[in-house]
Amino acid sequence: MRLVLLWTDIFVFVLLAVAIAFSVYASRKEHLRAPWGEIGKSSVAMSALVVLAFYLTVGILDSIHYHPKLDSGDQNSARYSTEIVSVFDWMLDSLRNKGEKTYSAPFATHLYSKELVVSGEARQQYVFSRLEHGGAHLQEQADKKLDILKTSTWAAAKAFASWILFTLVIVKFRCYRMRASWREGLRQVVCAGTRVRWRAVLLTLLVVMVIAWVSFDLSQKYHVLGTDKVGVSVLYQALKSIRTGLVIGTLTTLVMLPFAVLLGIMAGYFGGWIDDIIQYLYTTLSSIPAVLLIAAAILILQVYLDNHAAELSSAAERADLRLLFLCLILGVTSWTSLCRYLRGESLKLREVDYIQAAMALGTTHFLIILRHILPNVMHIVLITVILDFSGLVLAEAVLSYVQIGVDPTTHSWGNMINSARLEMAREPIVWWSLSAALVFMFTLVLAANLFSDAVRDAFDPRLRSGS
Amino acid sequence: MTAYIVRRFFYAIPILIGVNLLTFILFFVISSPDDVARSQLGDRRVSTEAIESWKADHGYDKPLLYNPSAGGWGKFGDTIFFQKSLRLFVFDFGQSDSGRDIGYDIRQRMWPSLAIAVPTLLLGVLLNITFALVIAFFRATYIDFWSVVLCVVLLSISSLFYIIGGQFLLSKLLHLVPISGYDTGINAIKFLLLPVIIGVIAGVGSGTRWYRTIFLEETEKDYVRTARAKGLQESRVLFVHVLRNALIPILTGLVVILPQLFLGSLITESFFAIPGLGSYTIEGIQSQDFAIVRAMVFLGSLMYIGGLLLTDISYTLVDPRVSLK
Repeated sequence: MRLVLLWTDIFVFVLLAVAIAFSVYASRKEHLRAPWGEIGKSSVAMSALVVLAFYLTVGILDSIHYHPKLDSGDQNSARYSTEIVSVFDWMLDSLRNKGEKTYSAPFATHLYSKELVVSGEARQQYVFSRLEHGGAHLQEQADKKLDILKTSTWAAAKAFASWILFTLVIVKFRCYRMRASWREGLRQVVCAGTRVRWRAVLLTLLVVMVIAWVSFDLSQKYHVLGTDKVGVSVLYQALKSIRTGLVIGTLTTLVMLPFAVLLGIMAGYFGGWIDDIIQYLYTTLSSIPAVLLIAAAILILQVYLDNHAAELSSAAERADLRLLFLCLILGVTSWTSLCRYLRGESLKLREVDYIQAAMALGTTHFLIILRHILPNVMHIVLITVILDFSGLVLAEAVLSYVQIGVDPTTHSWGNMINSARLEMAREPIVWWSLSAALVFMFTLVLAANLFSDAVRDAFDPRLRSGS
Repeated sequence: MTAYIVRRFFYAIPILIGVNLLTFILFFVISSPDDVARSQLGDRRVSTEAIESWKADHGYDKPLLYNPSAGGWGKFGDTIFFQKSLRLFVFDFGQSDSGRDIGYDIRQRMWPSLAIAVPTLLLGVLLNITFALVIAFFRATYIDFWSVVLCVVLLSISSLFYIIGGQFLLSKLLHLVPISGYDTGINAIKFLLLPVIIGVIAGVGSGTRWYRTIFLEETEKDYVRTARAKGLQESRVLFVHVLRNALIPILTGLVVILPQLFLGSLITESFFAIPGLGSYTIEGIQSQDFAIVRAMVFLGSLMYIGGLLLTDISYTLVDPRVSLK
């Protein structure tokens, strides 16, 4: 096993480190802890947070890439595969390596289309041939329903048992911290009498765990969401797409943040010609329609990659570079609104008494911005970042459809929808690939939207929604 | 007023020049015509002659900014910057890389785009305002709460789902309207119905939520309290007083997107095979036709700036308290 750090991996880990550092910092400051406590009181937000955490875990596991070791027999000279896989791939090994020939419906045991089979002496016939992996253990077709029922009940029972265990640990931990009795602790959680809405958290966790466990156990024997045109499991594709969605939603904002914050504050704080230049800059950039700017940039990247194909060692790196570039260019198109916001806010802040006092005391501009202005606009930055997330995930699908999104070889919901769209005309219709992508995307976006609403209300109830 | 408009107009010119320079840098400096030619011709081992002849065919065989071999004004006039970029200012879009006249194409294809965008916008705004008013009437009740949740659910659904789902339900299952296509004149209506309906439905979630916040903000103002104090019914306060005042932010918010309407929607037009400017742009992008993308970038920013100008003007027209200096 030899670790590989793709460009987007590095940024994902940087972002993770920043997020952890910020939460440690925030937990020590009362004025930052209060709004988060407010979010904890909202059942909807906490349920959304659990779902987001599930997606995030998958995304992070999928960001640890390595070259797997090949079985060469020789212990001394280790040989590594040229293929780059992630920890998540390793966990889903059973899903990844069970390809079929072509389309098969969810839980099917036979292929979706007939194929020519030579049987016996020169006799040819069209049949729905048996799948290689989907339901291969079944002797009788009729056993399938019972087998599915048995497997999923057993999996659900296992999920439920581990959930009970987890719940007890949480309740015990709360009792220990609150110095409450067992009964009292349990009663509080069940009756939603806790400050943080543990009941909502635990119930959502139960749903997520049962779904995950059941589909994992079933996927050992069946193709739970069917297979696509080249026989790859749709469930695997949809899960792999999570990382792409998360990367686009988060890296884009990470890329744009330094520009937006620095320029926005400078424009508002200094005013005068600096303000004029920065305003000119962002008006010019925002006047170009975003889709067209992205299209232009991606076309140019395409030209660059065509002419520099030799410098990239693998298809995965090429796809990764394109993903990173897409984040960059999306960042360029989306920083202007935050910049405008921050300019207006620091324009107001400049006239506030304590900043006037700091100026009169001769504090340098740099320190004033760092100590007084930046902390006072941070909530706007946070709200914008979280509000932008869901829009970016949705934008990815649309951009991939126009073929200016991620690389066609990258797993993404946009690419899944795009390739499934061509099959809509088929009779009977191939619906599973499309629905899987839409459901996965919808769940993430809905959770993000609900959570961001709570964040916005907690940090700044005056800020309008929907802008 | 006139002086203000004229001044705003002049203010737009440096922005357009900026856009023009930016596209020039993107399309000619970062990716040189040689690279583009190589990419267009497909093969990495294209001969130099083939590249030169492709460039000559499309007028890319000139120097970028300064042409010492030409005489007089030609030193500046006979360059790529002048021929390809500056000419956009007089709406001379030139030829696309496949040899068609872009200006003619744009004039032809803007009508189908408008035919979809205008009814979608009007119907959508009407519907959203109606919903938002009803929700605002029941504010701080369970109806309000669940309506907002419903709005969030609706706006979390990808626009691609609305289009694919709509096509599947209305065209394939119910056979009410054709799946896609376009026709001229009155026959176009049956092709326009589906995209318009889907466009309206796809916008209900975000639109209703947005208008609801505008109405709620308005209901907290002093004049509303006065109206209630003099004994007006809640419905009259909301549907007459609040609605009329809330129209100011609503209208000015709409004006900014008006000029962009005729650029059309990329996704809708390409799904429904409507020969508008949106699908024109997509074709340009997919065939890597830089001339078309360049023209559309310029046109798009022109429309955006036009929208900003219209917003400023409409403020004075709708709200007499705003005066322009």
